[in-house]
Amino acid sequence: MRYDSLLDSLGGTPLVGLPRLSPSPRVRLWAKLEDRNPTGSIKDRTAFFMIEQAEKDGLLSPGCTILEPTSGNTGISLAMVAKLRGYRMVCVMPENTSAERKQLLAMWGAEVHFSEAAGGSNEAVRVAKEMAVANPDWVMLYQYGNPANARAHYETTGPEILADLPEITHFVAGLGTTGTLMGVGRYLREHKPDVRIVAAEPRYGELVYGLRNLDEGFVPELYDESVLTTRFSVPSDAALKRTRELLDKEGIFAGVSTGGALHAALGMARKAEKAGERADIAFIIADAGWKYLSTGAYEGTLEEAEERLDGQLWA
Amino acid sequence: MAIEVRIPTILRNLTGDAKVVEGNGDTLGELFADLDARYPGIAERLVDGGKLRRFINVYLNDEDVRFVGGLDAKLSDGDNVTVLPAVAGGSR
Repeated sequence: MRYDSLLDSLGGTPLVGLPRLSPSPRVRLWAKLEDRNPTGSIKDRTAFFMIEQAEKDGLLSPGCTILEPTSGNTGISLAMVAKLRGYRMVCVMPENTSAERKQLLAMWGAEVHFSEAAGGSNEAVRVAKEMAVANPDWVMLYQYGNPANARAHYETTGPEILADLPEITHFVAGLGTTGTLMGVGRYLREHKPDVRIVAAEPRYGELVYGLRNLDEGFVPELYDESVLTTRFSVPSDAALKRTRELLDKEGIFAGVSTGGALHAALGMARKAEKAGERADIAFIIADAGWKYLSTGAYEGTLEEAEERLDGQLWA
Repeated sequence: MAIEVRIPTILRNLTGDAKVVEGNGDTLGELFADLDARYPGIAERLVDGGKLRRFINVYLNDEDVRFVGGLDAKLSDGDNVTVLPAVAGGSR
């Protein structure tokens, strides 16, 4: 397929069947490979839509500075789009983020400001908000509350899934900014009123909650619970186990948060199978495993990997 | 029929420090009543006025029971139930 530029190739990702993980020919799982985006994650859609909207609204013009609190994929995606469009990109991220992320952000030309590890991502949000006040000409796109984030999925991810899988019964994705679930969920519900929208939320151990205590109670402005049919809370060991299964049985090398979405998808598959219902369950592969190699998630026994992952944020 | 129940640290004083206990019941409410017979006081910490307490989260095979009927959620053999204190204010 030919495109005029990298950004023009955004989206249009494959939806692949998982014949070995699907319980039966009547209950099938489908994976949307969002790692096949320009920087390798679903966040490219969010970044592109947020920047385009800010340009339309006259908030951004070449030479402007974009500011975003992010420790992961959104920062990488924004840095790529910013580089191509001629903006300066400043990220605020917790100092305890993995080496790969720092390297990737630097590679696409972002400046990184570190916030204290103890406050987690909420501290990064707080520091970014302070920097925004001190630099009134900087533009903070703020993925947690920016409607263009959900709109990216309403206008692209949702229609792509429905076109490829008109018989869809369930849609499953990780719950972070909630943009994917809100956007795809609303689009699918308008066309298939009975579709079930399923969230997979990461559940960390007590150690991580200790580090993230400022995050407690944080509800993204985009979140609307009425869009969801149900919600799973996926412990680290289950997410890790499913990430390995996806690799072993279907050959897909995904990040650990995808294991969380697969866990919820398999939970819904099991329920459909038990009830004797037909099901076509689509879920999101948010990114590939490359950025998580240093966490040790893919090496040694599952128990060893679990121990290494204990205390780390995986979604 | 046996259901495996994971108990959070703050309630383990009621289960003799056991992290995982077993119970029976066709619904979550029945399971909690069954546990209370062996671990007196536990039901009161989980249920208030016939409903799940606000700051308690209960997961049935990792699915939030508030979306599948709350105390009326149907259980079957081999299911696992996880009880966790909600983070302040919850994320709801």
